[in-house]
Amino acid sequence: MLTLADTQFSSRLFTGTGKFSSSKTMVGAIEASGSQLVTMAMKRLDLKAGTDDILAPLKASGVKLLPNTSGARNAQEAVFVAELSREVLGTPWIKLEIHPDPKYLMPDPIETLKAAKMLCDKGFVVLPYVHADPVLCRHLEEVGCAAVMPLGSPIGSNQGLATQTFLKIIIEQANIPVIVDAGIGAPSHAMQAMEMGASAVLVNTAIASSRDPVAMARCFKSAVAAGRDAYLAGLGITSSVAQQTSPQMPLTAFLES
Amino acid sequence: MSFYDELKLLSREQLKLALYSIGPAEVERALVNSEGDLSSLMALLSPAAEPYIEEMAIRAAEITRQRFGTNIGMYLPLYLSNLCANDCDYCGFSMSNKLKRKFLTADELQQEMNIIKGQGFDSILLVSGEHESKVGIDYFCSMLPLVKKQFSYVAMEVQPLEEDEYRRLVNLGLDAVMLYQETYNPTTYQKHHTWGKKQDYRYRVESPERIARSGVDKIGLGVLLGLDDWRLDALLLGHHLSYLERHYWRCRYSLSLPRLRPCTGGISPQTVLTDKGLVQLICAFRLFNQQLEISLSTRESASFRDNLYGLGVTHISAGSSTEPGGYSNPKSQLDQFEINDDRSSAETVNAMLAKGFTPVWKDWQSEWVNLA
Repeated sequence: MLTLADTQFSSRLFTGTGKFSSSKTMVGAIEASGSQLVTMAMKRLDLKAGTDDILAPLKASGVKLLPNTSGARNAQEAVFVAELSREVLGTPWIKLEIHPDPKYLMPDPIETLKAAKMLCDKGFVVLPYVHADPVLCRHLEEVGCAAVMPLGSPIGSNQGLATQTFLKIIIEQANIPVIVDAGIGAPSHAMQAMEMGASAVLVNTAIASSRDPVAMARCFKSAVAAGRDAYLAGLGITSSVAQQTSPQMPLTAFLES
Repeated sequence: MSFYDELKLLSREQLKLALYSIGPAEVERALVNSEGDLSSLMALLSPAAEPYIEEMAIRAAEITRQRFGTNIGMYLPLYLSNLCANDCDYCGFSMSNKLKRKFLTADELQQEMNIIKGQGFDSILLVSGEHESKVGIDYFCSMLPLVKKQFSYVAMEVQPLEEDEYRRLVNLGLDAVMLYQETYNPTTYQKHHTWGKKQDYRYRVESPERIARSGVDKIGLGVLLGLDDWRLDALLLGHHLSYLERHYWRCRYSLSLPRLRPCTGGISPQTVLTDKGLVQLICAFRLFNQQLEISLSTRESASFRDNLYGLGVTHISAGSSTEPGGYSNPKSQLDQFEINDDRSSAETVNAMLAKGFTPVWKDWQSEWVNLA
């Protein structure tokens, strides 16, 4: 079981709600994925109409909602969105996303840390989306975030774990859950992240843009479970010291004399 | 949760059982999967790892070379005082030992520093016995600015202090604090610390956390090898290091691995750590933690020290005196323990150079820190 803040999750696959062809496909895919935490952009909700094609079916499906601040370009905007979301949806959980760059949607580290501190101080359960930056993740942990969500590669790019070296460092050092977010384009990528010891992965585009999102969601479910099991079982050795050449003069020969 | 609380949750008996029942397969696995992994550290410290000492040494040498090059940091201890308000049955400074007691005046300190500086050292370790009223925070605060004028890197090995006291010292330029637990076995700890404030096991275990919070650059950990089962003590030291790195990531950490040495009125080791055992210990920690600094004092013999450079040791002292005022007036018999390597720093360095290692005298610029 994965514990995030005060909630336990049996599924380590988190999903999103964007880019689906219909809300029926979206709900079908979420159900097939087994996901219990689903993120959703606050900017997509039609708050004036009081009902819309995302929120109603999600609420009906019973999954936990993770509203996100997508669209916010600085800390101030993100805090505003978070407060709005807490008021409208009644949840203190917030996926903090701040990307001032419209091309690659790279998260802004400075504004994200600033907003994370403000939101943690206000009692939010903050899950920040960040670059795979180990020091930034340390800072976010220190201000009280419930988890960190470093990216595998640019969001929506399906390029996999381009940041693998840094994700490993983050996973090694973190005292809070590490959820690999963004760039996971194939079940094998998700599995790799789980094998490395990630607490969970968040996958949206790879499922939503597949020819058969429901089938793909099922594939991700298996991959995440297998990756987690492999991590727990302990991966085998990939290189052997026996292959190394010994120095001419053994380093410990002096112990014999 | 402090490390003291984490330590309480660990079962010593279970750890010990696991440590002594490890087999070759676990050692082989640990050899390639060693970094940051406490179960690998356990395997490498176990008796089962002894036949793998050469493999461990090869790997440790590679890692050390990659991380530290051929550099060996040079430092020297300067004993401020041998006054002590504790009785510890392994230490020459023990309160009940009949020995001439003194602490350095500012002038005497200056004389000592001139000699040390004259040998080329720029990194200094200030040492004292634990005597709060005469050699306490006020004394340290009055002496530290004098030391900082002459040395870029200043470390201290004195009694554990309060967090705000550490902060005062950091503001005066203190760079590092060495504080050794001696043993992680509370029963053994009580047995050897029979009088004084040092009897408080918990206060000592939690000291590195207070030090870390004060913003110091480096913290030195250590156990006195020979007081208790060295394998288990070393493993728990690994747990401590791991805890501190997780919680206080801005600090650097260093390790000292002193073997119990003869001293006035002192006890003999309970468990003898052989040269081979010490090599195993050093290599195990290098494999466990690539960036860990490991320092080696003149407690060890010259020939043994010369062979350890490549295997993980990163800092050494040379030409040390372990008595207050001992550089100006050697052999006054006020020393803490007997020195084993009595070569001068120049002789030590020549031997080091011949082995292909490079002494590093200056590695810090104190003006860059604490600018605010």
